[in-house]
Amino acid sequence: MLYREAGQFKATYAEDSQIFPIRQDKIGIVLILAVAFVGIPLMSVAGFLSDYSFTAILTPFLIFSLAALGLNILTGYAGQLSLGTAAFMAVGAFASYNFMLRIEGMPILVAFILGGLCAAAVGIVFGLPSLRIRGFYLAAATLATQFFIVWCLTKVGWFTNYSSSGVITAQKIEMLGYTFDTAFSKYLFVLSVVCAMALLAKNMVRTNIGRSWMAIRDMDMAAEVIGFRPMRTKLMAFAVSSFYCGVAGALFAYAYLGTVEPEGFNLDLSFRILFMVIIGGVGSILGSFFGSAFIVLLPIFLNVLIHFLESSAGINLPSGISSSIELMVFGALIIFFLIVEPHGLARLWQIGKEKLRLWPFPH
Amino acid sequence: MSEGRQIGEVILDLKNISLRFGGVKALTDISFDVREHEIRAIIGPNGAGKSSMLNVINGVYRPQEGDIVFRGQHHRDMDTYEAAKAGIARTFQNIALFKGMTVLDNIMTGRNLKMKSNFLLDALYWGPAQREEIEHRKKVEEIIDFLEIQHIRKTPVGRLPYGLQKRVELGRALAAEPSILLLDEPMAGMNVEEKQDMCRFILDVNDQFGTTIVLIEHDMGVVMDISDRVVVLDYGKKIADGTPDAVRANQDVIDAYLGVAH
Ligand SMILES: Nc1ncnc2c1ncn2[C@@H]1O[C@H](COP(=O)(O)OP(=O)(O)O)[C@@H](O)[C@H]1O
Ligand SMILES: [Mg+2]
Repeated sequence: MLYREAGQFKATYAEDSQIFPIRQDKIGIVLILAVAFVGIPLMSVAGFLSDYSFTAILTPFLIFSLAALGLNILTGYAGQLSLGTAAFMAVGAFASYNFMLRIEGMPILVAFILGGLCAAAVGIVFGLPSLRIRGFYLAAATLATQFFIVWCLTKVGWFTNYSSSGVITAQKIEMLGYTFDTAFSKYLFVLSVVCAMALLAKNMVRTNIGRSWMAIRDMDMAAEVIGFRPMRTKLMAFAVSSFYCGVAGALFAYAYLGTVEPEGFNLDLSFRILFMVIIGGVGSILGSFFGSAFIVLLPIFLNVLIHFLESSAGINLPSGISSSIELMVFGALIIFFLIVEPHGLARLWQIGKEKLRLWPFPH
Repeated sequence: MSEGRQIGEVILDLKNISLRFGGVKALTDISFDVREHEIRAIIGPNGAGKSSMLNVINGVYRPQEGDIVFRGQHHRDMDTYEAAKAGIARTFQNIALFKGMTVLDNIMTGRNLKMKSNFLLDALYWGPAQREEIEHRKKVEEIIDFLEIQHIRKTPVGRLPYGLQKRVELGRALAAEPSILLLDEPMAGMNVEEKQDMCRFILDVNDQFGTTIVLIEHDMGVVMDISDRVVVLDYGKKIADGTPDAVRANQDVIDAYLGVAH
């Protein structure tokens, strides 16, 4: 199938303003959704996919994609650097937990939405400094958020229902009498939530709210002069971004780990998600998925590679070498992307598409 | 140049404006007015305070002294948001486009004050939000046609040459359907052909939509050709104000500006 838009003429602005104006993109996305919603379930039923592929790869990939998407809205689209992603995830997770715990008959989806809204509220409060400071200083302020939230959740027993270890056990995901308790059903649940939220995000970034974020990011003074209000725009970005991170955090607790403690949402996690955004593509929805896939798959790939080397060469590499190599590869890649391709894998993908569009002509 | 177009009442009256940055006096006791539908030029050497003047008009800078009468209302200083709402749009001396966005999106931002949809409807891209988006897109396409930039509508502006960027920036300002357009050196750094195009656009905007234009420009030929009245600044002070011919004949102007710079 050739990637061409020749011959696809748009007769109306409505057609040209579609979410995926190019037919091949549309087919591509339908294929991906078909694989995700139908292909993978069929493979699972047929026994080709183990639980491991859901619990260790597909589900975390989707959840991290959502968190990266949240951060990308704030950092990539609105230009506000944040190191507090994990903190907003924690708020989402612990708030959802408490809503489920304390309100009889609370539907799980409503609890997730409320958890996301709590994260959004916290995001707004901690986004306030962005009105006065930017860049490095803002990053430092969000770092403070990160430590403060985790500290709060650890110190205030109420949040963890006074569990002595600080660990909470997420309630079951139940909807309409059905319990999502298998690895596979949790995957489908997460997939649905992530797809819906990605669609909403895509719509936001291609309409006025998205343009207001990018305007503030690219030239805040001009944005103000044409009537965007910096305060409202930035806080909106913090709110929406934190909402996404909050829901991702809730999914992280409910559909991935099952039991979590506040420390599970530490600075390491924030950095991991930031790396996903950098590697995947700053300011790209698709890039958030690329980045997440990359970071989830890399350690698995390295492990396989090392095992292969060990068994085929008959040597015994020191244990833990895989995680050291992982760190080194991350470091190198991040430097590579920051210097060579600040728009990450998503940009490489786009360049590839542009080449294909013109192929076989060089220009 | 101004036949066929009726110059109206004073809509913007700047009285005794003084603006300082620490010890630097950017503007000292400047008064001038702008009439509806006219093309009003501000000229003067570099550092004379021209850009600062525009910044005072749309609220980017707040003067320490002075009174701004806009459509009969007195303001101590302007507020950027209120100015935008009231129909004041502008371009900048150093292009201030949104570099990461396409031409189309840049011009769409110019319509933001006319959009009513909220972010929830936007997120759903449902009913009214979609209709509104497409309605504004139509308006923006008219501007794109007017400025003859159809071929680059989907190009990120960061990749465009300078002259085209200036044109896109004009487009973004026009998208707001402003009643007053402030243009800060719209032709700087352009070649002759690009300048002619830009002149034509400015005159057409003024003529077709009756937009009042306040223009900073260095090219004296252009200024004398297209403006109705000219105010001359030098070192933050006003040294002349009048028709192009009167200003050209003014000895102070010849000494301070024409004699030296050209
Ligand atoms: N934001 C600012 N901070 C400090 N000084 C400024 C600022 N803006 C302008 N100035 C000073 O005001 C004077 C007038 O500048 P400007 O209005 O840009 O002149 P022009 O546009 O006529 O070249 C200059 O001396 C400039 O250095
Ligand atoms: Mg200037």
